[in-house]
Parts: sequence; C-alpha cells; structure tokens
Amino acid sequence: MLDPGILFAGVLNGLLAGGVYVLVAVGLTLIYGVLHIINFAHGSLLMLAMYAVFFLWRLSGLDPYAALPIVIAAAFAFGYLLYRLVIGRLSHGRDENILLITLGVSIVIDNVALLLFGGDTQTVETPYASSFVRLGAAFLPLPKLISFAASLLICAALGIFLAKSDTGKAIRAVARERQGARLVGIDVDNVFALSYGIGIACLGAAACLLMPTYYVTPSSGNAFVLVAFTIVVLGGMGSFAGAAIGGLIIGVVESLGGLLLGEQLGQIGISAIFILILLLRPSGLFGARQ
Amino acid sequence: MLEASGVSKSFGGLKAVDSASLDVQAGEIVALIGPNGAGKTTLFATLAGFHRPDAGRIVFDGREITGEPPHRICAAGMVRTFQITQPFAKISVRENLMVGAYLRVDSRSEARRRAEAAATQVGMAGQLDRLGAALTVAGRKRLELARALATGPRLLLLDEVMAGLNPTEIAEIVEIIRAIRASGITILLIEHVMQAVTSLADRVYVLNQGRMIAEGTPAEIAGNSDVVEAYLGHGAAKVLRA
Amino acid sequence: MTRQDLLPGLALVAAIALPLVAPGYLVDVGMLVFFLAFIGQSWNISGGFAGQTSFGHAVFFGTGAYTSTILQITFGWNPWLAWPAAMLAGAIVGWIIAVLSFRAGLRGSYFALITLAFAEAFRILANSLPFTHGGLGMLIKADPRPANFQFRDPIWFYYLALGLCIVSLLIAWQLTRGRFGARLVAVRENEDAARALGIDVFAEKVKALSLSGAIAAAGGTFYAQKYLYIDPNIAFGVDKSIEMLLVTMVGGAGTIFGPLLGAFALTGINEATRALASVVPALKNVQPLSLIVYGVMLILIVGRLPDGLTVLFRRIRRHA
Repeated sequence: MLDPGILFAGVLNGLLAGGVYVLVAVGLTLIYGVLHIINFAHGSLLMLAMYAVFFLWRLSGLDPYAALPIVIAAAFAFGYLLYRLVIGRLSHGRDENILLITLGVSIVIDNVALLLFGGDTQTVETPYASSFVRLGAAFLPLPKLISFAASLLICAALGIFLAKSDTGKAIRAVARERQGARLVGIDVDNVFALSYGIGIACLGAAACLLMPTYYVTPSSGNAFVLVAFTIVVLGGMGSFAGAAIGGLIIGVVESLGGLLLGEQLGQIGISAIFILILLLRPSGLFGARQ
Repeated sequence: MLEASGVSKSFGGLKAVDSASLDVQAGEIVALIGPNGAGKTTLFATLAGFHRPDAGRIVFDGREITGEPPHRICAAGMVRTFQITQPFAKISVRENLMVGAYLRVDSRSEARRRAEAAATQVGMAGQLDRLGAALTVAGRKRLELARALATGPRLLLLDEVMAGLNPTEIAEIVEIIRAIRASGITILLIEHVMQAVTSLADRVYVLNQGRMIAEGTPAEIAGNSDVVEAYLGHGAAKVLRA
Repeated sequence: MTRQDLLPGLALVAAIALPLVAPGYLVDVGMLVFFLAFIGQSWNISGGFAGQTSFGHAVFFGTGAYTSTILQITFGWNPWLAWPAAMLAGAIVGWIIAVLSFRAGLRGSYFALITLAFAEAFRILANSLPFTHGGLGMLIKADPRPANFQFRDPIWFYYLALGLCIVSLLIAWQLTRGRFGARLVAVRENEDAARALGIDVFAEKVKALSLSGAIAAAGGTFYAQKYLYIDPNIAFGVDKSIEMLLVTMVGGAGTIFGPLLGAFALTGINEATRALASVVPALKNVQPLSLIVYGVMLILIVGRLPDGLTVLFRRIRRHA
C-alpha cells in the first residue's frame, strides 16, 4: 500500500499536469465542435509550438511565460493559414479522409522538425525551474503551479470570448447549425479558418506553459496526440466543460498510473480509458447518450 | 405473403408509425400512400429489418421475422430499395448488380449472368460498364430496382422509384414494374405519383401520421373523404364534393 | 494478349532474375519493397477493400513478431512451425478488435483511432511484461540454417519476400473477382445498401480484419527472422502502422497493385535520399525528406486523387 502522503502528492501533481492538458484538449474539441474535423495533427502542431518557445529562449533569451503573446499569435496565424491553404481545400468526403489529411500534415511536420532541428532532446532552463511550493506533505514545482493557473485562466478567457464577442457568437452559431449560419450571412469558411486558428493558438499557449518543465523532440507530438484524444473522448467530443474535467482526470490517471504501476506500464491507463470509453460510451462521460 | 399487424416505431418520443397493419398477397401489387412525413419510409424500413419495431408482429411467408436483421430478411426473399438512391458509387453498374446476385450464388460467372439479366429487365443493359456515380437520377432509380431484383426476391419493397422522373421515364418504369410482377414477384410500393398508383396497384393502403387510415382498391381510395382530407387538410372533402 | 496483360509477367521474370545480375545492395532493397508490399496488402484488405481505415495495424504485425519469437525462444519451437501460430494469433487479435469495435458501432475516424489505441496498449504491455523481455526487446540467436528460418545468403529472404508478395497479390486479385471481395467493396461504398442486399455487414468486416491481421502477423514473423531482433517500438510502434497505411494509400487503396506501387515509391524515395546523404556530406541529415515527400503525397492523393499511383496503370486495375 502506498503512503497516503505520496498518493496525495501524486494526485496534486497529476492535477497540475492535467491543467495544461485541458488547454491542449480545448483546442482539439473546439476544432471538432465547429468543423467536425478530428485534427490528427494536433500533437505535431503542439510539438512545433514547443520548438518555437525553445528557439525564442535559445536565440533571444525570452522566458517561456513572456513568450505567450508571441507564440499564441504565431500559432493562430499558422493554424489559420494551414486551414486556408491545405486542410480546408482538400478535406471533403468521408470523415476518415479528413483524418488522413491531418495525418499527412502531422507526418510532414514531424519530419520537417527532424530535418531542421535534429532528433536531440531540447529543454529550456529557467531560474525558477527548481523552485518548489510546499502544500501539506507535497512539494509542488513552482512552474507547474504557474502553468496550471495560467492554463485555466486562458481557458476561461477563451470561454468568455466565445460567449461574448461577435466572433465567438458566430463560431458558436456555426458549431450548432452551419447551414443556418450560412443563411443568416455568416462567412462560414472564415469561421472555420478562425476556429482552426484559435484551436492551434491554444496549442501555442500550452507550449509556453509546458516548456518550463517538459522537453521537446520531433516525436513529442506522438506522445501528446493520444492523450489529447483521450481527454476529448472522455469529456465528450465538442464539449468544453468535458475537455476541462477530462484533462484533469487524465492528468491524475497518468500520475497515479506511474506511481502504482511503474513508469512503463503506468502509461497504459490512457489507452485503456480511450478504448473503454469508445467501446462503452462513445458520447463521453458528460455527453448526451446517443 | 406479408402480414404486418400493429407495428409501431417511435424515435425519441415521436411516434413515426403507430400500430399500423397491412397484408400483401402473393402476386399482388400493393401501394402504400400518404402525405409527406406520414411514416411510410419508416414502416418500410421496419418491415425490412432496418428498425426493430417497438410493438407488433411481422410475418413473411408464414414465418415471423419481427426484429430480424435486414440481411436475414433479404435472404428470406424480401428486399427493399431506398427513396434516396444509394448506389455503390465507385464500382460499375455490373458490379453493383453482382453484389445483389451474390446473395444466391457463389460463382462469379453465374452472378454476372444474373446481374446482366436484372439489368436487361429494367432496361439498363447498355449501361453495365458505367460507374454508379456516373448515372442520372433515372439511372440511379433503375439501378436500385435492378440491384434488388438481382437478389432473387419474392417480394419487392419499392420506395418511390418514380420520384424525380419525367412522364416518359415514369411510363417506362410502370411497364417495368408490370413485367416484374408478371415474372412472379410480388410488389409493395410507396408512391406519390397517383396516376402510377391507379394504373398499377391492385390495392392501396393509406398512412397518415403513422396510422393506417384506409385500405381498398384505387377507385375506393379516391372516393374516401378521410384520405382526401389527410392530403388536403380538414374540410377539403366537403369543398371538393360541392 | 495485350501489352497490359504481359506487364505483370515481365515484371515477375525481372524480379526472379534480379538477384542473379544485380549487386547485393539492390537485392536488399528489393526484399524491402516486397516485404513492404506484403504488409501493405494486409492493410489494403481491411482499409482499402473493406474501407475500414486503421491507424494501428502494427498491433497485428507486432503480435505476429512476438508470438513466433516467444514460441521460438521461450518454448523452443521451430520458427517455421511458429509462423502459422503467429498468423493465427494475428487473426485472433484482428477478430477481437473487430468484434469489440464493430459491435460498439465504431466507424470511420473512431475506428481508426481505436486501432491506434490498441497498438499503443500492446506496445506498452510489450514494454512492461516479463515474457516479452520488456524494453530490452528479444534477440533471436543467430544460427543460419534454412531449417531454422535463417539464411546465410540474403538472396533467400529476397525470394521469400517475393513469394509472400505474390501470394498477397493473388489474394487481392481473388478479392476483385469473388463474392467476398465484392461484399467488402459494397460495405465500403455504402453500408445501408449492402445490408439491404442481404450482406451481413458486421460479419464481413470481422472476416476482413481477421484475414488482414493474419497477413500482417505473417509479416511480423518474417521481419523477426530477417533481423533476428524485435522490441516494442519496432513491433508495435506507430511508425509501422503509418508505413502500412502510407504505401497503400499512396499506391492506391482498394486496388490489387496499390501496395506494391506504393512500396516501390516509398523505398525508391528512401534510397534516393539515403544515396544523396552519403554522397553530399552537407546533406547527411536529409533522410526525413522521404517521409516529408510521402506525407505530401498522402495529402494530395487523399485530397485529389483517391486511386493513388495506380491511375498511371489504370488498365491493369480494371478487371471486373
């Protein structure tokens, strides 16, 4: 039996990691909810954004947190253009064709990263990397706490943006009823590109929040893609609140899996949840039953 | 040959078919008519096994088939077509028809022969090599019909095979359906084209808001005020008669 | 006899003669092409003909590789005997995944993603369980005797791969001519219409994935015997799944020769970039270039050219 103190620390650490997963998953679920595209390139785009954070730090000494506005803006622009130039133009027909297009995009991005950056593991060094905050029996890394708080703040800001702004209202209208939205004069294609851009901007933010405590390699995307899909499927495809709760659950599952089952076998929790949810309750824990 | 009694089917609280009964005798052409949204296609889909009925009994050829999956019902000899045509788009008409023919035969040459026979029966022998996706509306309707015929059925359920056709094409399809009946296949059809119903059907059932409201010969149905009101609205029968 | 009918025959003669005239390097490349075409064809049966796109076919490949290797190392089986056992294991895994997924009504992207998750789960298990030797992988002791499914001369692996490739082509050819294949295509094109015409859609999909699983597993055993080493990433890694999907999609999904053409193209691009890297030292890191080219081809083919490279050989394809 595990010491309760270690278990407590494990849960807290899992929640902190999950906080950033929420941001990744919100981007994915937004793209799905509006465009009905399962964005398989999500992990690869996150990896690319993490490299952006890394190079900003390496070349100009910019702190990852300070890089937030730049990386978010760049990620939005990249996503917007990627949709306009590639995904939006070629994605039609069966839904698995669209999945295959985004798979192709992820293959290209992964290998361009490998070509340009090499296969080495890269990390960002910050002065606060080894600062801890004590909470009861648990010592929590300061950057993880900051990232957790920042992630939830950004998600909240995105939620307010979607609820209040005109663009946000247009996005929600398209998500609910795209034909109707077209009829009332909303430029649906532009909303698609904007939504894809915003989804990728979430990844830009996540990259800034991850880099103080994570590393990046060209294959980092692979590690994140299944995690992101599991969260979104767990919470119900297209559901914002589901992505938030799912992200925290998956963070804890991953952390406890590592503690209870060991480094290797502990990873099985993610795939197991993914498989079980799809088989038993494909609409997700919080989605309406089909 | 087919006997459905008290069949009901709801979707999320909405009763699409409400305790509907009908029977079809061997050798007949029976029409099922009713206004849009009356539940005709749902009833068809339920008969063919695409929906499991909430209540009721369906007996085909003396055997109860209620709740059996479509492929079993098709194997038993009852096959449906789709109102919205569903061609296999990326393969040829011949290959489309062979899929149907393979239900009864394993041999490729025999399936091919039956496919060609079915194509001839509906007058599309000249289009065997065209892709499913390349057909006109009329061509797709014929393909639906031929593909169903290729399965070697004894009862055909035809869902609006004339919708969207011009008068010449309708006249051709009417002749084809007559010939199919003459070859010994019983037919139950949903149709909106009333002349076709009048000229083809031995008996007519009328479905309105999920309920069967009338049954009789085409002449009896034309004079039935309930039916006229179902189509034209309350009070219409009186106006027409005046 | 037309020129198109002659082409496969000529290609076969050339393939048989190649090791007698070509340098050893080309024999190895040829072996890779046929091997890739073989495992690609396994993906093609379920993904191309039956239209059930999978992102996790490595689950079958790895099951085959591990089953025969464990039977051989741990239980002392002869690898030739372990080979059919590995295929059986692949078929069983295919059957289980198919029954679970299709019973749950998963289609399209959801089916693709659940296969990915199954492969990942198997990779993690192989990484952690004692009887697979975990992340260390499994090393088959070198003992090059034909009775041992090991050959001193790589020529024999070449011919074996060629034989497997031919068998897979015959299976695909049979699919374009017979009832089973016609039903799979019908299921791919329109499940409702297939059902109405008397096809048991669920059963056909399960059969397709079981057959596909057996073939991919046969490829796994072949791989283990050729390289005498497997580990969880080689066997169950996402790269293998993507490779099987790529050669088939790029070559032409649902066609007889698609996987073979795709394997030729992928291996060709691969070898060209490798040669470039070895000749020009400044380009020593350009190997990812081949997958970049391939990713772009996948995007363009799915977006614009669903029949893949086989459009170049259209007339070979159109049998029926």
